[in-house]
Amino acid sequence: MKLKFSLWLFIVLALAGCSSQPGIWGWYVIDPRTVAGYNNIRFLLNGFGATILLSLIAAGLSMIIGLMVALPGMSTNRWISFPSRIYVEFVRAIPLLPMLFWVFYGLPVVLKSFGITISIDAFWGAIITLAISDSAFTSEIYRSGIQSINKGQTEAAKTVGLNYSQTMRYVILPQAIKRILPPLANQFIYIVKMSAFASVIGMQELTRRANELVVTEYRPLEIYTLLILEYLILVLIISFFVRWLERKMGSDESK
Amino acid sequence: MSDRRKAIEVRNLNKWYGEFHALKDVSVTVSHGERIVVCGPSGSGKSTLIRCINSLEKYDSGNIFVQQIEMKDEVSINKIFSEIGMVFQQFNLFPHLSILDNLTLGPIKALGLSKTDAEERAMNYLKRVRITDQANKKPSALSGGQQQRVAIARSLCMEPKIMLFDEPTSALDPEMIAEVLDVIVDLAEDGMTMICVTHEMGFARRAADRMIFMDQGEVIETAEPKEFFETPKSKRCQEFLSQILQH
Repeated sequence: MKLKFSLWLFIVLALAGCSSQPGIWGWYVIDPRTVAGYNNIRFLLNGFGATILLSLIAAGLSMIIGLMVALPGMSTNRWISFPSRIYVEFVRAIPLLPMLFWVFYGLPVVLKSFGITISIDAFWGAIITLAISDSAFTSEIYRSGIQSINKGQTEAAKTVGLNYSQTMRYVILPQAIKRILPPLANQFIYIVKMSAFASVIGMQELTRRANELVVTEYRPLEIYTLLILEYLILVLIISFFVRWLERKMGSDESK
Repeated sequence: MSDRRKAIEVRNLNKWYGEFHALKDVSVTVSHGERIVVCGPSGSGKSTLIRCINSLEKYDSGNIFVQQIEMKDEVSINKIFSEIGMVFQQFNLFPHLSILDNLTLGPIKALGLSKTDAEERAMNYLKRVRITDQANKKPSALSGGQQQRVAIARSLCMEPKIMLFDEPTSALDPEMIAEVLDVIVDLAEDGMTMICVTHEMGFARRAADRMIFMDQGEVIETAEPKEFFETPKSKRCQEFLSQILQH
């Protein structure tokens, strides 16, 4: 972690060093000492809010949908588990970008044909797409976590009279959560990065703002370098949190 | 044994695991208050039989009656968990809950007892299995023998009329076997109806009313312990006993 960070710091400094040479670099475009540069940098950084909000809501929804898909998916009754299987295979096969286009441009048309007139804005279009797309993966995370709990636990819960939902709630999930949370948090990093796709439908998040600034400033190298650093910082903060979570979960298990 | 009503009746039970015929036309009747010990070589279907009785395992044909009610639909199956307690070879305590919570979970959630009532009941049964000062510890802090005694207490908290034991001492270190068997003998003396799958023949002599010997999915012999140990009729049973009693 520390190594990764210092490596990047080195790259940034090296790039910054290049800026003194005339030629390829033009860091003035985001130089906070000038009024224009300061405004540009503020414009770019303001995308953080949307990226974070988008990722958080999408991740939350994905966790809920994922559980609703995973639980029936583990049923021994084929009629119950089949729809979940189909859902996972189907959703997992669709690339995010086409799905985003379909939800944003296509879904309102479909809904309208059913007499429902909802305009889906870029924000919710992106959230729906990210959540659904990610839920196929979170559902698999739940499944492996829950199935890793010894079958004897379910049997013991049965013999003390617990029904299915009580068994899940009081016996299985509290134990599975330790194994589910770290990969789930890891999956959150994916959502953060995938949220960049929301830029193509006009969502004003980090990537969209960078694109817009490039169009007016003609400085793609500097602006996209900063963009990458923005994601890097965001992801480093999250992965720091994930490590902390893993440590905490690990120590709980030994208690 | 004044009450001769049947607690459990198993009629012509058949079960296959794929090609493997695990139970072959097994019929067993257990009266109220009767203590049955089931023994036999591994893979003989002993565990499968008692797991079928409390519906942990599905079977292919035959009938099972518990307290004269046939176990065939969800409703009757859900009801038997308050009639039948089960103790597993691997204890299967809930590792994330304290001992006390392990015991009160079923009574609170399934029987609808209040927390105070459930805890009072739990402490009673913990006293009965001689574990009282560890109620707030996690299962992993206890020895194997203690864990199995807690598992017995957890079953008793549901106040079942019948107890099933699936090799309750097989996963224990030798020095802990006695403490668990003592608790089971204690229960037996109180008139609890029980079926115990075990290889502990000393225990069987001490506590059983009747022995059932199984081999290759069939009930080969059933007899009172004295007769069973002294004059076993079938060849397979004689062989089994000579092997197991050598030591």
